[in-house]
Amino acid sequence: MRAYWELAKSSFRRHSTYRTAAVAGAFTNSVFGLIRASLLLSAITTAGGAIGGYSAMEAATYVWLGQALLAPLGLFGTAELANRVKSGDIAVDLSRSVNLTASYWAQDLGRAAFDVLPRGLPPLIVGALVTGLSMPGSPEPYLLGFVSILAAVSLNFLGFFAINLLSFWVLEIRGFWMLYMVVMNLLSGFLVPVTWFPGWLLEFARATPFPSMLQTPVDILAGRTVGGESLAMVGIQLLWLAVLLIVVQMMVRFGSRRLVVQGG
Amino acid sequence: MANSRAIRSGAGRDPHAPVTNLVLLKLLISARLRSQLAYRGSFLSDVAGQILLGLTEFVELYAIVHNVSSFGGMTFAQTLLVFGLASVAFALGDLLLGETDSMSETIRSGKLEVLLVRPLPVLLQLATSDFQLRRVGRLIFALAALAAALLFADITWDPAKLLLALITPLAGAAIFCALFLGAGAMQFWILDGRQFANAFTYGGRYVASMPGAALFFPIQVFFTFVIPATLVAYAPSLVILGLDGPAGIPAWTGWLGLPAAVVLSGLMLLLWRAAIKKYTGAGG
Repeated sequence: MRAYWELAKSSFRRHSTYRTAAVAGAFTNSVFGLIRASLLLSAITTAGGAIGGYSAMEAATYVWLGQALLAPLGLFGTAELANRVKSGDIAVDLSRSVNLTASYWAQDLGRAAFDVLPRGLPPLIVGALVTGLSMPGSPEPYLLGFVSILAAVSLNFLGFFAINLLSFWVLEIRGFWMLYMVVMNLLSGFLVPVTWFPGWLLEFARATPFPSMLQTPVDILAGRTVGGESLAMVGIQLLWLAVLLIVVQMMVRFGSRRLVVQGG
Repeated sequence: MANSRAIRSGAGRDPHAPVTNLVLLKLLISARLRSQLAYRGSFLSDVAGQILLGLTEFVELYAIVHNVSSFGGMTFAQTLLVFGLASVAFALGDLLLGETDSMSETIRSGKLEVLLVRPLPVLLQLATSDFQLRRVGRLIFALAALAAALLFADITWDPAKLLLALITPLAGAAIFCALFLGAGAMQFWILDGRQFANAFTYGGRYVASMPGAALFFPIQVFFTFVIPATLVAYAPSLVILGLDGPAGIPAWTGWLGLPAAVVLSGLMLLLWRAAIKKYTGAGG
């Protein structure tokens, strides 16, 4: 356990050295937030009230929380593992005395811990100034929201890790990566809340783990879902976490038997 | 077979004539295309991914529009015209200069030095180094969306509108090329600032494909008169559809696409030159 804690800490430190990147990311996420918020608010004004259960203020809050959590939740992923398979460095990883999945997981949690403040706070401040935010006054949504964020970070990590692991079987994962990104961006509710979708797409989205990766923590933090409903949503997240964990472990197990590292 | 074609296209010229950039451009691009088509399975899956990307961008718009009778003062078919024009322009710009988006990688890995020592303009090499035919998938979807829009949006054509409809995708492509170029040049100064540039390139694409009237007023002004994203598709669409624009994007801006493309391209080329001059090496 100690090893994973150290890995998470060193990953936190590693990301804390790229300060310009953090500032640039915060800037861009704020600009996108302005565009996204104005589009949703314009539609809600035309509709006269609310769309998909979101009033103007709630939709704006949804956008800003989404933009703030985008980086910490790891919605862009990294292709580090796939690159290490390509270069052969994966042999080093596999011969270490730590679990492959757990070591990458710990590092991703360290990254997320760093990203929260420098990349998350600026969009929220911009949002509070431009449109205002409707945040809950009681502590429960924040406590449960924290658990939900942890689950969502882990889900996003496992999703991208599974795509990376495909490199044990195929030479180039770019096509799969692209496919995953496109589908995940849409169905996670990152672009538009999933309840805005036409019925058939909403049902499809709810049958996938993607809403658990962004929409769930955002809705819980904003206080849109409360009490039993929030707990049920976190339950769904944990269920998907178990499913993805099993998938990833199976992939590691069978993939590493297939893997051939060239050279010495 | 493929090889003999490459040799023939080289041998067809007078061997003593100087090799022009145009000949090289043709050679380089045809070589890239052949190499990409060599792995058919991977190529087809990439094209499919690009089409799907276009499709989700459309669903993103549809998810908003199907909830309201009009979005930013436009019907669904009219928003589709904006979306189609913007997508065609972006697909073309991305195909040509999308590679400069990852300039910091090129600099950091020392790849830029390889490009600099060759007797060819760096920009030409960048444009051909990753001439990704798979990006054509995005263009295919964009053209389909545009065709559907032209079919369903009630447009009364006249010669001026027809001319505008023809120059708009090209001017838009030039605007996106210029934005990509600026994004690439910027990364010479701010090596970790790739995401910063994304606010203008991908943010520009996002703004360009949506009805501009739905944006906050300051965003309208910024993305029209500073970063000319609404001039790519929305402003010309206003003229083509005979609509009035919002306060920040009056309908007369519909004809500003081409002049804006020329000015912006000029400025960004100057910036690019300054960036290449400024470059001092990565120790390669």
